Amino acid sequence: MSLHKKARVALAGLAVGALSLSACSAGALGSSSDSGAAVANSTTITYLVDNGDTTVKTAQALVDAYNAQKTGTTVKLESRAQGTDGDNAVKTKLATGDMAEVFAYNSGSLMAALDPAKNLVPLTNEPYMSTVQDSFKTAVTYKGQVYGIPMGGAMGGGILYNKKVFSQLGLSVPKTWADFMANNAKIKAAGIDPVIQTYGDTWTSQLFVLADFHNITATDPQWADNYTNNKAKYVSQPALSSFQRLEAVAKAGYMNKDFASIKNTQGLQALVKGTGAQYPMLTFTISAYVTMSDDAAQNIGFYAQPGDDASKYGLTAWTPGGVYIPTSAKGAKLDAAKKFVAWLATKDSCDIQSKAVAPSGPYMVKGCTLPSGLPAAVGDLQKFFDDGNVSPALEFLSPIKGPNLEKITVEVGSGITSAADGAKRYDEDVKKQAQQLGIAGW
Amino acid sequence: MTQLRAGSTVGPQHPQIHIVVGPRRHGVGAAPSRRLEKAMSSLTTRARPTGLATATPQRASRSSARHVDKTYPHWFYIPGGLIYRVLFLVPTVFSFYFAFTRWTLFKATFIGFDNFVLFFQEPGLIGSLKNTIIYGFTTSAAKVVLGMLLAVVLSAPIIARGYLRSVTFFPVLVSAVGVGITFQVLLDPFHGVVNAAIKAVTHVDGPGWLTDPHIALLSVAAIDVWKGIGLATLIYIAGIAAIPNEYFEAARVDGATPWQIFRAIILPLSFPATSTVITLSLIGGLRSFDLIWTTTQGGPGFSSDVIASVIYKQYQAGFYGLSTAGNVILFIVVTAIIYPLSRWLNSRETVL
Repeated sequence: MSLHKKARVALAGLAVGALSLSACSAGALGSSSDSGAAVANSTTITYLVDNGDTTVKTAQALVDAYNAQKTGTTVKLESRAQGTDGDNAVKTKLATGDMAEVFAYNSGSLMAALDPAKNLVPLTNEPYMSTVQDSFKTAVTYKGQVYGIPMGGAMGGGILYNKKVFSQLGLSVPKTWADFMANNAKIKAAGIDPVIQTYGDTWTSQLFVLADFHNITATDPQWADNYTNNKAKYVSQPALSSFQRLEAVAKAGYMNKDFASIKNTQGLQALVKGTGAQYPMLTFTISAYVTMSDDAAQNIGFYAQPGDDASKYGLTAWTPGGVYIPTSAKGAKLDAAKKFVAWLATKDSCDIQSKAVAPSGPYMVKGCTLPSGLPAAVGDLQKFFDDGNVSPALEFLSPIKGPNLEKITVEVGSGITSAADGAKRYDEDVKKQAQQLGIAGW
Repeated sequence: MTQLRAGSTVGPQHPQIHIVVGPRRHGVGAAPSRRLEKAMSSLTTRARPTGLATATPQRASRSSARHVDKTYPHWFYIPGGLIYRVLFLVPTVFSFYFAFTRWTLFKATFIGFDNFVLFFQEPGLIGSLKNTIIYGFTTSAAKVVLGMLLAVVLSAPIIARGYLRSVTFFPVLVSAVGVGITFQVLLDPFHGVVNAAIKAVTHVDGPGWLTDPHIALLSVAAIDVWKGIGLATLIYIAGIAAIPNEYFEAARVDGATPWQIFRAIILPLSFPATSTVITLSLIGGLRSFDLIWTTTQGGPGFSSDVIASVIYKQYQAGFYGLSTAGNVILFIVVTAIIYPLSRWLNSRETVL
């Protein structure tokens, strides 16, 4: 039965390949799945992570530490592409039963798209689950079962800003959108780019929309549910204002003039240098900018994207990615994989992660603490969590995220389309995703 | 017969050339006409012969089919047939099935024509269809015109001809991805070499070649022309070399100007090359993907999306059924444009 299915999936893969893109092969799906030379009487399992610099560095440190314990299990590290190519690699590996015994992948809507009930081993009743924070568990729960443990720190989506620029111009951190725009006018008058945008990396264009979610849910707590059930749309308020904020910044000319071509790294450089004052971003980029200059760690701060009402000001947060075990892991390898995953959810594991790469947000495992001497922005972020002033991002409350959002926000941010048209187009994109996921009511 | 028709179409405007093209009057004899036929049929294997030439080639092709029958035993076809079936026929049939399903790789639900309906409702689709046609036709037209002009220059007795021919052909050998990434760097609006040069000369900021939504598609088309022009030129050089020298000699004896030689000899007699270039470059342009993906990814926004990049994005997003339906549509669009076009081009060749 399963072999038959495998063959069918393989053929299906060929079918897509054949008619499509005879011009080009579709990304790096390849991976070396040979098991390597295993030590006698030991099990070798593979840990698959994305090939981002910090991810690989952290994962390597974890694997080395685990192998040094000589538990009888040897863990091998393997990496895959990031972004949508990586999503496809993971889905293809799961569909063909070729997945590594342990793999790291996003939590929230992307994880829900993996058909967890069929492809992942539930970890609900594992003893260590009591040490995992509930806010993370909701992001890896599908139909009542918990499938993953957290890897890395939580992230915030908001605005990174250059403190020197702010103090020189006598500005304070804005608590409302109106304050934010007033600040921008003053920064622009001083000859500095108020808002950095980097559409050379299209994903960065989504921040104004994604990081605004706290403001939507603060206005209408039921919005995420209604959105999942095909009742709330981006074309109407309060969600439309997320697109309108991006449009307002673009129309006022507050963006750097090379916004269309530069990439994330160049945007961070502009922020650190002070040629740009603010950069809507996810806080995982903190580890990237701290190395750019000696004072960057302390000079760059972070605040949440403000909405209309200062009394409802708060942060939109991203839970970290998860670590999962696929159902294709069987027998001794499954046991070894479970032990490795249990170890990844300990304080030891957190400390090793902190040592490998300076953490950019609080851990989601109880008992894990952040080391001292972290960049200022991490402290700013931590404060929102300490105050409990945090809403999870939409992708952790709803399985539906339209795949074309980054293209649409590029269009709105570049002035190619209006906020209203962009929101309408995104609603259609969301509809397609909901139908693909087979969600009732679409 | 063939020569006379070509002569009579050109005749009225260029009386001298008329004489040139009908070689008998000059007493050059039948030799060039036979040679011309030979050159023509070698270039246009698909041309349906008319008039005098009808009998021979047909007999030749029939006898060659019998020759193949005799030479190769039937088992000889098995490996090729098997590969064709497994790698081409089966996936093609499967793709027609999956185009009618909502497919997650884990399971496929049959949904009838919904994918096609959805694909045509996709707001970007009309734009991408328009872009595909603009891209296909501009690159094809530019390759025909520039390829012909370059071939004329490179066929002339000039210094370092072999070297210049190689230089023209060189971009064809570079991978499209490499070309795309290189040009992305060169055309960067603020840090790229091209705009730095423009600024140094004119003291004006150059345009955002790949980031301005109005010109991004044309910039990519221009890169495509740069990359593909070598192949078009090569085909034209072969086409021009196949024109018998007697025509040029006769034209020179009659005192034809270079423009007249080009207009009345090179242009009409290299038509088989033109039709090859048009067909190849149009097919290439209509399904072009790699260059667009590496330079703009269909952006900014959706402004340089073509059908192939829309399909790829559907696939990336995990809409496997939808992207398969898109491929079926692309297949139909390319066929609908290329099939009548190549029929027409073939019929033109025959008239010639």
